[in-house]
Amino acid sequence: MKRIASLLCAILLGTGLAAAGQAAESTALPPTSIYRIPPLTLIDQDGRDFTFASLAGTPRLVGMFYASCRMVCPVEIETLKRIERAVVKAGGRPVPVLLVSFDPAHDDVAALKQAARQHHVAAPEFLLTRARSGDIGMLGGVLGVSWRPLPGGGFQHNVVVALLDREGRILATDPADGRVDPAFVRAIVQQERDTH
Amino acid sequence: MPRVPTIVLLTLLLAQVACAGGAPRFVPVSGGRFVSSLLDGTRTVTVRVAPFAMMEEPVTEAQFAAFVRHHPRWQRGRITPLFAGPQYLAGWRTPTDPGDAGAARRPVTGVSWFAARAYCDSLHAELPNWYQWEYAAAADATHHDARADTARRNAILAALMHATGQRPGLIGRRPANLYGLRDLNRLIWEWVGDVGALFPEADGDLGSAGSGSVLRLCGGAALAFRDPSDYALAERVAALSMLAPTDASPFVGFRCVRNPGANP
Repeated sequence: MKRIASLLCAILLGTGLAAAGQAAESTALPPTSIYRIPPLTLIDQDGRDFTFASLAGTPRLVGMFYASCRMVCPVEIETLKRIERAVVKAGGRPVPVLLVSFDPAHDDVAALKQAARQHHVAAPEFLLTRARSGDIGMLGGVLGVSWRPLPGGGFQHNVVVALLDREGRILATDPADGRVDPAFVRAIVQQERDTH
Repeated sequence: MPRVPTIVLLTLLLAQVACAGGAPRFVPVSGGRFVSSLLDGTRTVTVRVAPFAMMEEPVTEAQFAAFVRHHPRWQRGRITPLFAGPQYLAGWRTPTDPGDAGAARRPVTGVSWFAARAYCDSLHAELPNWYQWEYAAAADATHHDARADTARRNAILAALMHATGQRPGLIGRRPANLYGLRDLNRLIWEWVGDVGALFPEADGDLGSAGSGSVLRLCGGAALAFRDPSDYALAERVAALSMLAPTDASPFVGFRCVRNPGANP
């Protein structure tokens, strides 16, 4: 009995501390940090779980996609790879990428893993994820990404990739449409230098 | 022994929380095949709408006041600029009080898409998508699809034109539709969950990459309708699609939907 009670206490205390930690984390973030969206738990192509807010601390590129998309999302991923190469060419270091699926019904870990393999991208530098809990609509809203399932399958959607500073403020955005925008590359290099 | 009263108290407390501002009622909407008024480019879109449950009335000021009291991060002055601009609940007397004697019967407006979404989430519900809203709003008191009724259409347009620039009227002055839903068409415009994607040519798979972000800027210009003479609907879609999700308009409110099997 005592054991159960102490276990219960530990659980309660643990969640209490975790909640306090989260509260402290979110109050420490600036008001315009997108890490302040309501809690979102993600799982990546390797089956690793993490919270969206736990990614704060490093500049990052964040966008959305869906794995069965045949045209725009592949272009999005390939453009991001080209942007990263341009960053290196300009003397910078690549920043980690996070893409969150807006098709969680189909994009399980296996689908994410396959997409990662197809595009030759790997965690932790390039995370393809889906939400396990929380509202991805909130993330779409702050990024400016919208989608709507089409009756015949697939989605009507747009592409926006945001460069976040380490605290989650959006510094620049890019349509990731095949073109490498030098201004976006400069913004990444600059941010990466400012951070290190 | 003190256990029973504690449970009673807790139940009462929960009931109070649920009833503050009057708990919203959801009514079932039978699904069906539906031809959307929005075109996909130039193509007609037929959708199969699954059964869902929808709030019988738009969310009221009193209900939204109860929500922000329980969720202070959504109060005016506390909400982050990511989720709402300066127009958010700007007409309220205080961050938690609409200052309106009719608050229990007036639809809340001046709320951002984010806040509307968060409200629905607090009920384990969500904003309707466009097809759900359109499907529900197509019904009159006796028909599932009354959109071809030109007299009704003109009356809706007249009501909207009359209401423009005015404070929204009170809920429940007109009869409910076939499903028991009220005030879908004439009182206010309502947020939908996929408002940002109401652009037919923004199809990522078919259109050119990135066209969506360009169309976003073009607003209503890119929209195409099956029946261009349905001005009230065109106006609604154009108005909604020009709003950013942080915008709060004095004429835009919302209601929520959820699975038909969910508990009341």
